[in-house]
Amino acid sequence: MTTIDNGVNVQALLDAREALKGAPEAARFTWRATSTWEKGVHSTTRVEKFFGLGQEQTHKSESVFPADHPEVFAAEDQGITPIEYLLVGLAGCLTAGVASVAQNRGIKLHSVESTVEGNHDIRGILGADSDVRNGYNDIKVTFHIDADASKEEIEALVAQSQKRSAVYDALTNPTDVTVTVA
Amino acid sequence: MNAPHTVVVGAGHAGLAASHFLTAHAIDHVVLERGEVANSWRTERWDSLRLLTPNWQTRLPGQAYDGPDPDGYMTAGEVAAFIGRFAVGAPVVTGAEVTSIRRDDDGYRIVSGQGAFTSRSVILAGGACNLPVVPAFSTAVPSPVHQVTPLGYRGPGSLPDGGVLVVGGSATGVQIAAELRRAGRHVVLSTGEHVRLPRLHRGRDVLWWMDAAGVWDQRYDEVDDLTRARRLPSPQLAGTPERATLDLNTLLGLGVEVVGRWATVRDGWALFSGGLRNVCSLADLKMKRLLATFDAWAGVTDPPVEVEPTRVPATPRLRLDLGGGEIGTVVWATGFRPDYRWLDVPVLDEKGRLRHEGGVVTGSPGLYALGLPLLRRRRSTFISGIEDDAAAIVAHLAAQPVRLR
Repeated sequence: MTTIDNGVNVQALLDAREALKGAPEAARFTWRATSTWEKGVHSTTRVEKFFGLGQEQTHKSESVFPADHPEVFAAEDQGITPIEYLLVGLAGCLTAGVASVAQNRGIKLHSVESTVEGNHDIRGILGADSDVRNGYNDIKVTFHIDADASKEEIEALVAQSQKRSAVYDALTNPTDVTVTVA
Repeated sequence: MNAPHTVVVGAGHAGLAASHFLTAHAIDHVVLERGEVANSWRTERWDSLRLLTPNWQTRLPGQAYDGPDPDGYMTAGEVAAFIGRFAVGAPVVTGAEVTSIRRDDDGYRIVSGQGAFTSRSVILAGGACNLPVVPAFSTAVPSPVHQVTPLGYRGPGSLPDGGVLVVGGSATGVQIAAELRRAGRHVVLSTGEHVRLPRLHRGRDVLWWMDAAGVWDQRYDEVDDLTRARRLPSPQLAGTPERATLDLNTLLGLGVEVVGRWATVRDGWALFSGGLRNVCSLADLKMKRLLATFDAWAGVTDPPVEVEPTRVPATPRLRLDLGGGEIGTVVWATGFRPDYRWLDVPVLDEKGRLRHEGGVVTGSPGLYALGLPLLRRRRSTFISGIEDDAAAIVAHLAAQPVRLR
């Protein structure tokens, strides 16, 4: 039995994996966000409800995310840039993965820090050079992990975390995106 | 009407091993074979293919390799001859492609190209690699690009001129990529998760270590994630006289371009995953762990063998214009599955896989399977695993009470 505790209920996750094998419908989640334009390039996005396990679900509380652009973009900087939210998602997802995998492997974590850097050539979004893409050219994540484990075990934690990460997958593989006007 | 006690489907190493033990139990049976004995080895292998396992590991019940090169690797033709020798005396009916198997009273009714049979028991031994698995987006590959699976591939000369996109980092994918590159082709290899292995570890064949250290003795019910283990791609190995390693670093050294898993086709462009670095890290880490378990087993106290990490390109390509003329052919080395289209017995799961416990098919008494990956042990995936598997399955079959019709 695992005696260390990183605060992740791995048994619940393993039980869910078994339960959902025979119930693919319940495994279908829909995550939702609603956004309102404020002024200029400033908008506010709210996240509260989602669908999963066959029914509507609600977070404990609503989260509000202002998005804007920095002053060097001639904007008012009332929030982070939308593309920075991708870094927030990636860091949150990989860190959760590291904690879960460590728990499952009986590795006690003392601290997990990471820095996420996305390199972005803005000539793409400005239309200044058609050979430059709009999104990130590449993203670099650097973890600093203090744990009761060897360097190789820590590297394996980080590798397994990427393998099971929703955001890592969403960023590294294409996703079919439909945008309509209702 | 032919009514043997047992019908065996397939006269490859698995079906013939079953026949060997059925004969030992004096159980009346026939072995139905769609073509000739060892048919897939005769007709569905590319020209340069050799076994991944060394000759001394190529053994069947009562028959071992007795040639001059125990550390070598058999060609497909040599495997066919080896199995052919083992088949002598077995009740094989050739040209008997099975088109239907269904329940019939307390047994089975089998329809074949050589007539119908009824039997109490059936052993499915038609192989694990009957049908190539190709992603659905293959239909979006523009038509000037030729597409081929390993079943249709013979050698570099069998492909139209031009560059080749090889899809899949299994033994099949890396072997085909290497041979095409050596023939002077421009080759791009797309790979997701893969299994990296050195051909030799501390001077011995890596499969000697697998065998000797007991890795292959692990039972199916002792494996952590059996579903995953059963669909693991074959390791990046080749059986060559030089006993050379054939991993992604070898391919990169040859000038093969390595890209991530092929995710989809959009507007005539192939889009590759940006996750190449991580699948390479996983493969490097797993290989190092495996070699460490070998060393621990052998009591080796020397420092670990230095393993060069996979030299992942600094900026792996994420997309490729399939209509741009760079690629003339796509080789889908994306796996295989068994063919059960003729099996009219409800024993498949939602993914089309046979439900079985160590080869005893679930929910249909008298139905058995042999020759599938990790059927009863890790060794089941290899020719040398068939002896114990066939003995166990036939013992189970022979122990069933005889019911009166």
